[in-house]
Amino acid sequence: MSSLTRIKRPQKRPAEAARIPERGRGKLGYWLYFIPGAILISVVIFYPIVRNLRLSLYHWRGGRAPEHFTGFDNWFALFHDSAFLQSFTNIALVVIAMVIVPTLLGLVIAAALFDVVGRRFGGKVSSLLRATYYLPQILPIAVAGVMFSWILKPNRDGVLNQFLSTITGHAVTVNWLGGQYSTAIVSAMVLMIWIQLGYPVVIFMAALQRVEPELYEASELDGANWFQRFRAITLPQIRPEVFVVALTTTIAALKVFGPIFILTMGGPSKSTYVPSFYAYQEFIKGPDKGYAAAIASAITVVVFVVAVIFIKVQTRSERKDAS
Amino acid sequence: MTATATPTTPITRRAAGTKHKKRPRTASEWIVLTLSIAGALLVIAPMLLLLINAFKSPAEYANSNPLELPHALSFDGIKTFWSGHNFPRALWNSIFISGMVAILAVVLSVLNSFAIGIGRVKGRNWLVLVFLMANLVPQEMLFDPLFKLYDKLGLLSNSWSVIITFTVIQSAFGTYLLSSLLGTFPKEILEAAAVDGASRFRSLRSVIVPILRPTLSVLMVFFFIWTWNEFLLPLAFLNTSDSLTVPLVLQQLNGERQTDTTTLIAGTLISIIPTIIFFLFFQRTLTRGITAGAVK
Repeated sequence: MSSLTRIKRPQKRPAEAARIPERGRGKLGYWLYFIPGAILISVVIFYPIVRNLRLSLYHWRGGRAPEHFTGFDNWFALFHDSAFLQSFTNIALVVIAMVIVPTLLGLVIAAALFDVVGRRFGGKVSSLLRATYYLPQILPIAVAGVMFSWILKPNRDGVLNQFLSTITGHAVTVNWLGGQYSTAIVSAMVLMIWIQLGYPVVIFMAALQRVEPELYEASELDGANWFQRFRAITLPQIRPEVFVVALTTTIAALKVFGPIFILTMGGPSKSTYVPSFYAYQEFIKGPDKGYAAAIASAITVVVFVVAVIFIKVQTRSERKDAS
Repeated sequence: MTATATPTTPITRRAAGTKHKKRPRTASEWIVLTLSIAGALLVIAPMLLLLINAFKSPAEYANSNPLELPHALSFDGIKTFWSGHNFPRALWNSIFISGMVAILAVVLSVLNSFAIGIGRVKGRNWLVLVFLMANLVPQEMLFDPLFKLYDKLGLLSNSWSVIITFTVIQSAFGTYLLSSLLGTFPKEILEAAAVDGASRFRSLRSVIVPILRPTLSVLMVFFFIWTWNEFLLPLAFLNTSDSLTVPLVLQQLNGERQTDTTTLIAGTLISIIPTIIFFLFFQRTLTRGITAGAVK
């Protein structure tokens, strides 16, 4: 609460109160501008949240069937549901594929493109390469997914299988997506890395432009090598961007749906379920919409908690920097 | 006929290169360049594979290696997809939905952020968070209640169900970005407008919006692309064949057992083309915009 009052205080200064003076109307007039936004967000976002939170406390078969109040039964059941627990284990792998690998690879590629390619081979080459790395980001996930499932087709049809057959000399017939958990989840992870990589590359390259060249020159005089320079100067300087990338991609990872829906449909035998896909399946085909609502609500809670933690950590580190 | 070979004239980079050059390029720098290019080729490899295979006839596709160039150009797959799955209709639906969302979400973001950034209403930091929730909430939390709501309103399989939903979701990011921008808007300009007798709405329309135009156009491009790529909620709301968007048509094609592989490849290639055209057209706006939200 104390931080809240601290944030609020400056706006009470009289100079701020009359930014656009208008006869007879004070600040209240500004609230009028919220009317469309408030109505729309209430209907499209808050009504569904409230409705699902309520529904998560009921058993309900859907349609005209009666609702049975059960308290937190659905929520407790989540912890004994192997499909749900598996879906959260998979989220850890999704975080590796959508957050950790792209951020680390993105740092290396951005540094290589900015420091070496951009400086020594010209800006045109580096921006062309940057655009290429970014391209998968703007492809619809459905299109990217269909493309990957074509490449990963089982039997001799698959592009990857044919490619491997050609180089190894004997027929390779791996059922990448439907055969077993390990190849299915790794295929989905490769798709996610492929999609995500361009985002950190572009953000980090923009961030590197802020770093003062004098810092580099000083370190060069001190005889620091490229890696020492990267760790001591580049990384601390672009920390805010690394943070933003980590936050936005983590939230995207928790909500991931498309790659699983299109590549594996959660298979083989529910092993590649992620929470979003599980909730969707239960809403559509499941016997208990209340349980589906509990899954969806659980993900929502996790997403909000992660967002709040991230923002708290960020404000704390900013405060530390300021003092 | 072989695939078109583009005549490449060797470009002498020496003249352009000299100004970068203080010392000759070292071997390790060439290695970094080679690795960067190899990585980029790996990224576009799937799309190149599509391009090679989309113009093979079904018979040729069945009898050849997917890594081989086609021996003859066949447009069968493209024709089947284009007419058989009513691609023009899906293209129009996607353009209409994404275009409307881009415009409406920018209008909504401007209205919200005007009250937050210029009006400095009480509790504005919390209001930004409340609007951001629209962006944070997972879509599976929205889909069932909204499905029933749109069903009651008769909006299912109607573009407007998706337009309304994504106008709200996209405007969350717009409100967040514009609020912080307007928070530092030069006061003198607004005071000058007020002295000239402009009302609040007049200052917003004739002073603030024109100044913000570059940022607003970046937001529009983003909202368009994000909405174009959306999958889960359109999948839930749009069910009749003439209401589908481009990603949905492709997904439907992928799900059908009897789909011929060349049709699928051609369909994927065609679905990529609008995005690539859009990308080339707005490349500069995009790279400017991607970083807009990241750095304060």
